[in-house]
Amino acid sequence: MIPGLKTLARAVVTVASVAATLSVAAAQTPAPAAAAEEDADKLLEKYRAMISDPMSNPGYLAVDTGETLWTTARGPKNATLETCDLGKGPGKVDGAYAEMPRYFADVDRVMDAESRILWCMETVQGIDTAPIRKKPFASSGGNPATEIEALVAYVSNKSNGFPYAAKMEHPKEREMVALGEALFYRRSSVNDFSCQTCHGQEGQRIRLQTLPYFENPKNARATMGSWPTYRVSQASLRTMQHRIWDCFWQMRMPDVGYASDVTVALAAYLTKKAEGGTIEVPSIKR
Amino acid sequence: MIRIFYATFVAALLLSAPVSAADEKPVAGAKPGEVAPGIGRDRLEQAVAAAWAGLPPDMQARVTQDDTMRVCSQYRNTPPQADADAILVREKKTVVYPGDGKLLGNWKEGEKIALSGFGGRMGDNPKLANGGNCYACHQLAPAEISYGTLGPSLLGYGKLKGNSAEAQKEVYERVFNAQAVFACSNMPRFGHNKFLTIEQIKDAVAFLLDPESPVNK
Ligand code: HEC
Ligand code: HEC
Repeated sequence: MIPGLKTLARAVVTVASVAATLSVAAAQTPAPAAAAEEDADKLLEKYRAMISDPMSNPGYLAVDTGETLWTTARGPKNATLETCDLGKGPGKVDGAYAEMPRYFADVDRVMDAESRILWCMETVQGIDTAPIRKKPFASSGGNPATEIEALVAYVSNKSNGFPYAAKMEHPKEREMVALGEALFYRRSSVNDFSCQTCHGQEGQRIRLQTLPYFENPKNARATMGSWPTYRVSQASLRTMQHRIWDCFWQMRMPDVGYASDVTVALAAYLTKKAEGGTIEVPSIKR
Repeated sequence: MIRIFYATFVAALLLSAPVSAADEKPVAGAKPGEVAPGIGRDRLEQAVAAAWAGLPPDMQARVTQDDTMRVCSQYRNTPPQADADAILVREKKTVVYPGDGKLLGNWKEGEKIALSGFGGRMGDNPKLANGGNCYACHQLAPAEISYGTLGPSLLGYGKLKGNSAEAQKEVYERVFNAQAVFACSNMPRFGHNKFLTIEQIKDAVAFLLDPESPVNK
């Protein structure tokens, strides 16, 4: 499971240099920036091909860390997470991520993987998750994944090859999908943006960046089946919670509550659109 | 429909009077007053309040919707005619004009504003000037190929539109408050939201209309 250390070290160095190139490209002046951005795209293309071998995708570092965290007895209860019920029964991890977000009767709530893992840390291990919820994401620039990021990387990786099968049939699940839909169109803040502003039409671009249009099932599947992802521009493993936080950041909104119903509802809404897609994670993206 | 037409035929757009979205599309599966199937506004706003709790007033103001945002969200940007008309009237009243009556600023400053996407994001230094990020959505000067397509191309805009007092006023109003011209426009209400200053908006107008601007070369 654990790739050779040398391969990893090489991959990490490459990532750091590609990330540096990308940030330089972003900082340059207009005309050269466009050219540099194209160069960066080409570079990234090459890079992507080079590391299409999952064993050298730096995101796998987080998967391995997550596996260790999952199987190590920790917290006041000195327990592993191996009895955590991700929806398919205690201890069953294979394919569980492919069925999330989902309704959990024990909390009477729809949860995504991140919310559910936190809940398991609290109930199974007795860990106080308040500090994790306060700083859930690793800072950009090659820092190791946080505990929760690593755990999500591990759990999601165990759904590789599974089709997205979050059915969203329970009334509470349906309610969450509908809430996500309402949130998708809710405009706010100093630029009047909603998700629809940027993801409301097929084939649109912001600057040179193509924006996914989730009404097209192909887009929705490719997107939702590829998170968590290793983001080269941030040199970090990123989860769907982070992507949604990031888009709210672009919308000039204050930080959205981590694992709040808003984020879970948006993930549920997009996941429903991705039904039938296949999970291959962690992927690697810009 | 109108929007696709808009995006495709900029020239036609320039000649036409502002059109409000008339084709009301009720949200599929939702009952009147609901914002999505089975979701009332109360449920939506309760989730929002829980996700952005305990904010200082300036941040809370970003989360709270004004009437225009509320109507546009409810109708997914295609409001019934009466609502669209009400938005145009309400938003038009918010436009503040420069004290000296001059609407054309400095196109060089305007170009910087068009290029900059800085400002308003958590962590951005509020002491530095915000950008208009026009290139995120519009093509403008021919040399800048890194432009987005969320709005119509404005390449050669001043050549088509001219630089008359009337043209200047129209563009100034559009940038100050896009919804004074087009109800539920996807374009930010830069002046109304105090995201850009009056001076910056004048500079953006100059970037679009000044015959010396690269937009019109
Ligand atoms: C101001 C523009 C903007 C807004 C508003 C916006 N996004 Fe995004 N979104 C982007 C950009 C840019 C990307 C990155 C595309 C890329 O990297 O190719 C992105 C990417 C995404 C992705 C990942 C796509 C992928 O293929 O990996 C998801 C999911 C997403 N957005 C969801 C949302 C949601 C949900 C909202 C509203 C809460 C939202 N976006 C609002 C600009 C925006
Ligand atoms: C988030 C996207 C977005 C941004 C950012 C944006 N616009 Fe727009 N703009 C639009 C859209 C969409 C339209 C199409 C008409 C409408 O819906 O109002 C438009 C229309 C316009 C028009 C009217 C064109 C015509 O005559 O019909 C002008 C002028 C304009 N924008 C200028 C600007 C300037 C200047 C800036 C930056 C200061 C800017 N825009 C930033 C989206 C945007």
